[in-house]
Formats: sequence, structure tokens, C-alpha cells
Amino acid sequence: MFIAISLAILITMGLALTRALAGPTTYDRIAAVNMFGTKTVLLIAVLALLSGRADLLDIALVYALINFIGVIAALKLVTQGDFHTTDKDTISADKGELE
Amino acid sequence: MIIDILSWILLMAGGILGIIGGIGIYRFPDFYSRLHAAGITDTLCALLILLGLGLQAGWGIASFKLALIFIFLLFTCPTASHALANAALHSGLKPKLGKDAARLNHD
Repeated sequence: MFIAISLAILITMGLALTRALAGPTTYDRIAAVNMFGTKTVLLIAVLALLSGRADLLDIALVYALINFIGVIAALKLVTQGDFHTTDKDTISADKGELE
Repeated sequence: MIIDILSWILLMAGGILGIIGGIGIYRFPDFYSRLHAAGITDTLCALLILLGLGLQAGWGIASFKLALIFIFLLFTCPTASHALANAALHSGLKPKLGKDAARLNHD
């Protein structure tokens, strides 16, 4: 039963990857990678129960959060060009001069 | 025995929904419709699969962690989809409207 569901998840991940490769805009790619990450969370949960080791679920938990942070960071990078890590840009960004 | 059948049904429904979402994100013509397809699979497919796994795991720490995973997914995936659509719209990605909708804008 677990093998069938992990196969279904792998097929979904394959489809998401094809969209990530073929996606015309970067936002398609980010959406596909976001979906890929969510499916990885589910795959880890399934494999954790398949192998009987329930402590793997913590990894799925952390992966779900990191996936979200990764998507938000990718969006910030795409929309604003950089992460405003240097002080000069950060100050000017706060004043809104960069817009 | 019933729990096995029930979790089997839930898992298969989650798997089928996941594949449908995957086909949706692959075939839809426009970014926003693809985002819609990706959004569906994130929450409902995760709910069905995690519920099916929770039935298998029985009462205990494992199903509590599965519930926690689902709660985090429930909060993060819609927020990520919203941020994505918001960023795409702000950057000028126009949604692909139907023929009549486009005509309505011109009138």
C-alpha cells in the first residue's frame, strides 16, 4: 500500500519537475518547486511509516517549513533583484529610493 | 481490518488527487491556473495522505507529528501561493483571459 502511494507521489513530482523545466516564467518554476517540496514532505512521511521509524517525521516537519521559507526567499530575490544584504542598499531600500 | 481498508481508500484518493494536480500544473495554459492546480494538491492531497498514514500509525506520537505536519502545510502552502500570485501580478504578468472577457474589457 505504501509503495503504491509513494509511486503516485513520485509521478506527481515528475510532473512538477517537467513544469519546472519547461515553465516559461520564473514564477512557474517557483510554483513547481514549491509543489515538488510539498510532495517531498509527503514522500518522507510515507517512507517514515514504510520503514517503521517514526522519528523520520521530524525531518518531514522541518522540510515543510524550510520549503516555505525557500519559496518566500526566492520570491524576494526575483521581485527585488537582490536580498538587500549590503548596508547601502538596505538603508536606501528603507527610504524607498530603490523603487 | 476496517482501518486498513479506510486508510487504503484515503491514501489512494490522496495519490490520485496528487496526480491530477500534477497533470493540472503540467497542462494548464496560464501561470495563474497552474498555481490553482498546484494549490489544490498542496492542501487536500496532503490531508488525505496524512490522514491515511495517521490511521496506519494509530494513536501516538507519530500521528501527532503527522497532524502537526498537516497544520504547518495548511498554513504555509496557501500563504506561499498568495505570495507567488502577488509577486507575479506586481511584476506585470497578465492573466490570460478568455476571448469574451478580453472583448468585455474593450467595450
